[in-house]
Amino acid sequence: MSPTGTGGVATSAMVVASFLLGLVFMFSPLASPAAPVGALFWTLTAALAALVAVGIRRVAAIRGTGSGFYASMTAVLFGLWILYFWQLLVVAAEVPRVLLPSPALIVASLWDNLSTLGRDFVQTVVKAVLVGWALGCSLGFLVAIAIDRMPFLQRGLLPIASLTSAIPLVGVAPIAVMWFGFEWPSKAAVVVLMTFFPMLVSTLAGLQASQRLERELMHSYAASYLRTLWSLRLPSAVPFMFAALKVNASLALIGAIVAEFFGSPTTGLGFRISTEALKMNMTLVWAAVVVAAVTGTTAYALLSRLERRVAFWHPSVRGRK
Amino acid sequence: MDMTLKRGPVAAALGRQGAPIAVVLVLIGLVWYGLAVALNAQGAIERNLADLQWTWQDLVATTWAMERPVLPAPHQVAIDLWGSITGWPLNSPRNLLLHTVVTAESTLAGFVMGTLLGLLLSIAIVHSRTLDRALLPWIVASQSVPVLAIAPIVLVILGSFGLSGVAPKAVIAMYLCFFPVTVAMVQGLRSPQIIETEMLHTYAASSWQALWMLRLPASLPFLFPALRVGVAASLVGAMVAELPTGAQAGLGARLLTGSYYGQTIQIWSALVMSALLGLVLTAAMAGLEHLVLRSRRQA
Repeated sequence: MSPTGTGGVATSAMVVASFLLGLVFMFSPLASPAAPVGALFWTLTAALAALVAVGIRRVAAIRGTGSGFYASMTAVLFGLWILYFWQLLVVAAEVPRVLLPSPALIVASLWDNLSTLGRDFVQTVVKAVLVGWALGCSLGFLVAIAIDRMPFLQRGLLPIASLTSAIPLVGVAPIAVMWFGFEWPSKAAVVVLMTFFPMLVSTLAGLQASQRLERELMHSYAASYLRTLWSLRLPSAVPFMFAALKVNASLALIGAIVAEFFGSPTTGLGFRISTEALKMNMTLVWAAVVVAAVTGTTAYALLSRLERRVAFWHPSVRGRK
Repeated sequence: MDMTLKRGPVAAALGRQGAPIAVVLVLIGLVWYGLAVALNAQGAIERNLADLQWTWQDLVATTWAMERPVLPAPHQVAIDLWGSITGWPLNSPRNLLLHTVVTAESTLAGFVMGTLLGLLLSIAIVHSRTLDRALLPWIVASQSVPVLAIAPIVLVILGSFGLSGVAPKAVIAMYLCFFPVTVAMVQGLRSPQIIETEMLHTYAASSWQALWMLRLPASLPFLFPALRVGVAASLVGAMVAELPTGAQAGLGARLLTGSYYGQTIQIWSALVMSALLGLVLTAAMAGLEHLVLRSRRQA
């Protein structure tokens, strides 16, 4: 069944018309910084916003089996129009650059400082985040397997591990700097600490997730502990581990950037953000934030892709569009 | 009839888990003391015991009593914590309670704002297909942005409006807190079964009535775990928001000054205090959940 809903021609016409009108308005003399921002400007902006809202509403209302594409299209359109109105209003109202730079300025700053931001990216993401995330998740996984056969230790360790989620673990950053120096190992150490406990708790939960019926089946096959672990309990634990891996990816990025606030050599995204903010160079701050945001979103998307291939059988993955 | 005395839930949990937790805590304490000896030994030998004849008992005793240790012993942290709380008047910046109150102010302000924002957003998303498709993906994506990187930006923008002090820190705490509340409430508001929503439809209930009578009560079991996560996230946000302002007051500021001046024990006391604050806030949320959902448990 093809997507149904409100009339397709009217919706497409509305979306295309809003694009064209938006372009015309932005490059018209009314929206330039020289022109005063008066009643006419606001009326036209409000009319365009109304047209855009109706268009997005119609796109969102499309239902049916093929409508997953239109759902993502709604989100993309919404994001694009937010960027458009940001650019329009910041330029026309002549908002100071240190307060809120326009998207065009941020992109220009990104382009101009590509090499600096590239070095920062390598320092923070490739070195601190990747190493720390991989190490922390592996340690959590290994400790979970190690204490899998010791329910006494599990009963003691799990409440403490869950409590650590209430503690601001980024506070260990100055201690890590003291122990491991200013360079990236101290940031990786903070990331290891932050990612260890969620991975431990999730893997332990996943190892308990196999059903009794399945475990008894393995027992009836005279399967050893290791065989059961490898063939049944670890695959059952994979969805839980992926949830922890995704949460840990964003925790790792936050941890590395915040750890750099506490002292780092002259590279790193956190260093760049804190020092450029002190220099009031807000366009570069925003550009660094964009790099961090794209990194975080890409990591999440990559992990979701990997999950779809590895844990394709789990209901939470099969139910996705 | 089963006449055996049943223990209450807390007593039963303590009985089952009390011993393992105690054992693990004792193990952690032993490992901590051992690590303190191992990590402080070199500094102790070089600085404190340089020209003396020392035995291993002297070494161990010294490593547990150094002024600037690499790893302070637990009793050193406890003594510093206690001294800081009781040894100075409450309005002195050397009293850790002052900093705790400053951080707690921003945390709670941000938490309340974030919860309200999350509630409003989730109600809007559940009732509007447009917002569900257009806004929710961006809210999820926003959490991939290390929002703590935006802290300086928020401080500059709010500072230009004349808002300083608690307000910018509360805004950053709010940003970290609203997301778990939104996601959990969206799930919770959609949790009633179709048969229940259809029954309200047969009663000609409006959306508001369905919200008030069915969806909100059904979402409470989803809300409280999210509140626990949200209050912990607000604490992290409030602490990190204190860093760019040049470390004036608050637990995050205390961590920063401790790291600038090499005061290891000060850093550890601030860290332990922030951990205690996080535990107290989370326990408060758990207590609130127990209070509100108490009648449901008996049903």
